[in-house]
Amino acid sequence: MHVFFITFDPLSLLIDPLSHEFMRRALMVSALVGGVCGLLSCYMTLKGWALMGDAVSHSVMPGVVIAYALGLPFSFGAFVFGVGSVALIGFIKQKSRVKEDTVIGLVFTGFFALGLVLVSKIKSNIDLMHILFGSPLGISNSDVKQTLLISFIVVFILLIFRRDLMLYCFDATHARSIGINTGILHYLLLSALSLSAVAGLQTVGIILVVAMLVTPGATAYLLTDRFSNMTFLAVVSSVLSSVIGVYVSYWSDIETGGSIVLVQTLFFLLAFLFAPRYGIIKFNNSIDL
Amino acid sequence: MNSFTNQNSTGFLRIEAEQICVDYNGTLALYDASLRLSSGCICGLVGMNGAGKSTFFKALMGFVLPSRGKIRINGLPVSRAQKEQAVAYVPQNEGIDSSFPVSVWDVVMMGRYGSMNFLRVPRQSDVKAVWHALERVELLELRNKPICALSGGQRKRTFLARAIAQRSNVLLLDEPFAGVDVRTEKLMADLFIQFRKEGRTILISTHDLNHVRDFCDLVVLINKTVLAYGNTSEVFTKENLSMTFGGDQPDPISGSESID
Ligand SMILES: Nc1ncnc2c1ncn2[C@@H]1O[C@H](COP(=O)(O)OP(=O)(O)OP(=O)(O)O)[C@@H](O)[C@H]1O
Ligand SMILES: [Mg+2]
Repeated sequence: MHVFFITFDPLSLLIDPLSHEFMRRALMVSALVGGVCGLLSCYMTLKGWALMGDAVSHSVMPGVVIAYALGLPFSFGAFVFGVGSVALIGFIKQKSRVKEDTVIGLVFTGFFALGLVLVSKIKSNIDLMHILFGSPLGISNSDVKQTLLISFIVVFILLIFRRDLMLYCFDATHARSIGINTGILHYLLLSALSLSAVAGLQTVGIILVVAMLVTPGATAYLLTDRFSNMTFLAVVSSVLSSVIGVYVSYWSDIETGGSIVLVQTLFFLLAFLFAPRYGIIKFNNSIDL
Repeated sequence: MNSFTNQNSTGFLRIEAEQICVDYNGTLALYDASLRLSSGCICGLVGMNGAGKSTFFKALMGFVLPSRGKIRINGLPVSRAQKEQAVAYVPQNEGIDSSFPVSVWDVVMMGRYGSMNFLRVPRQSDVKAVWHALERVELLELRNKPICALSGGQRKRTFLARAIAQRSNVLLLDEPFAGVDVRTEKLMADLFIQFRKEGRTILISTHDLNHVRDFCDLVVLINKTVLAYGNTSEVFTKENLSMTFGGDQPDPISGSESID
């Protein structure tokens, strides 16, 4: 932080932090997680799964605690509970007359509460704050490896099934009518969601993960009418905001997760105001005929 | 091009539905509905609102599970027929998010996904099929427009083009004429007649009885079950129609004259 006050050379502002191992690691992990979540966020916003993303990210809490207590990789526990919550939501919705959004709200808060209770009961060295708010600056080597693996799997799924998933989000009926198995696509997307939530939890924490899974997609959606452009813009804006967020957090000593998400929100606001077609502020008032 | 079957295959059964029963959570929507359509024919599906036309289509596509009955398309179980791109379906309401960021071209290309490899990379033949389909519904100029910029009728034509691009032998069209202008109506009718020549089988539900008389070879009158089924000239009678549309109260405005 002292760097900030001694020199105003903008290049050194960017380069000096890189002399720290923890900063290099934080930047790399945040950018990676940002990219992965940004890519997925297109599908989440188009499919209307924002609430589902919130549900999954909160539901992984008890999984993380149990995995730590048992000495398992935390991402494994998180994944099990993430997918489990979705399965439970589907089951309750099918077997009762309660509406879907109610079921989602009910299930994820239940899981989250279970996680909180477990943290307070299981004596371990888990830092509740780290799970809830993320700590990319203090990420361990094994966590980096897990995040790399998770990111690879998610990107692989999303690239291989890019068009099928796009079709599934756009028109599931048509997908079925041309013989595509939409059940598999549904669960692939949910798995990608659970995995990304686990990855996002590293950098911004459980509470803010949903922002990573929604905001970049929403920003990109305001900027283009082409799906391929949308995925590109979402990834770029998400990676950029993660990197900027980490730097800002370093320079001004603020919470990293909050800072990343704030930058994302800022990007969204800029798109909301100034997007060429869909922004609310129009520069030329001419109407094309 | 495999779908350009010759006339000599006429007689081959494209759609077979035997005694289909469908209920929605215990409420009967369709019972004992049977239908057999051979290749190279256009069949009109006529009935009042809530008669079960859309339900019949959904049953044929396997989207609602019949509690009883057997369905074959091209002699195959429905799921196999769908995998082989033997059947194309345009629902009454597409039920899509019309602000989804895709262009007309992208949507029509979706009709080709089933015949592409698993990465869905379009080949030359797919591009040709899409171009051809857009040409047929006169949407070529609009091909790069995002679908949010289309009118309702243009959107309907886009989804029809997607079904055409599939190049299936069986077309299931749920109210394709609803909400389109006269010109498009004529264009679609010509298209269907040409498809019939190519040996394809088309099932169309419609509320416009003139269409049925103009180009349907066969007609099915339904009201929760098949009331009458056969050649249009024989089945499309005043008595049958008044039975289909609520028995003894003939329509006071267009009534009996328009039916003859
Ligand atoms: N998803 C559903 N759940 C419960 N009932 C349904 C459902 N879909 C249709 N129905 C009922 O089944 C019956 C047949 O409906 P269907 O949509 O097949 O009619 P239709 O002949 O297509 O009518 P329209 O001319 O209005 O399109 C109706 O009584 C309707 O209320
Ligand atoms: Mg209908």
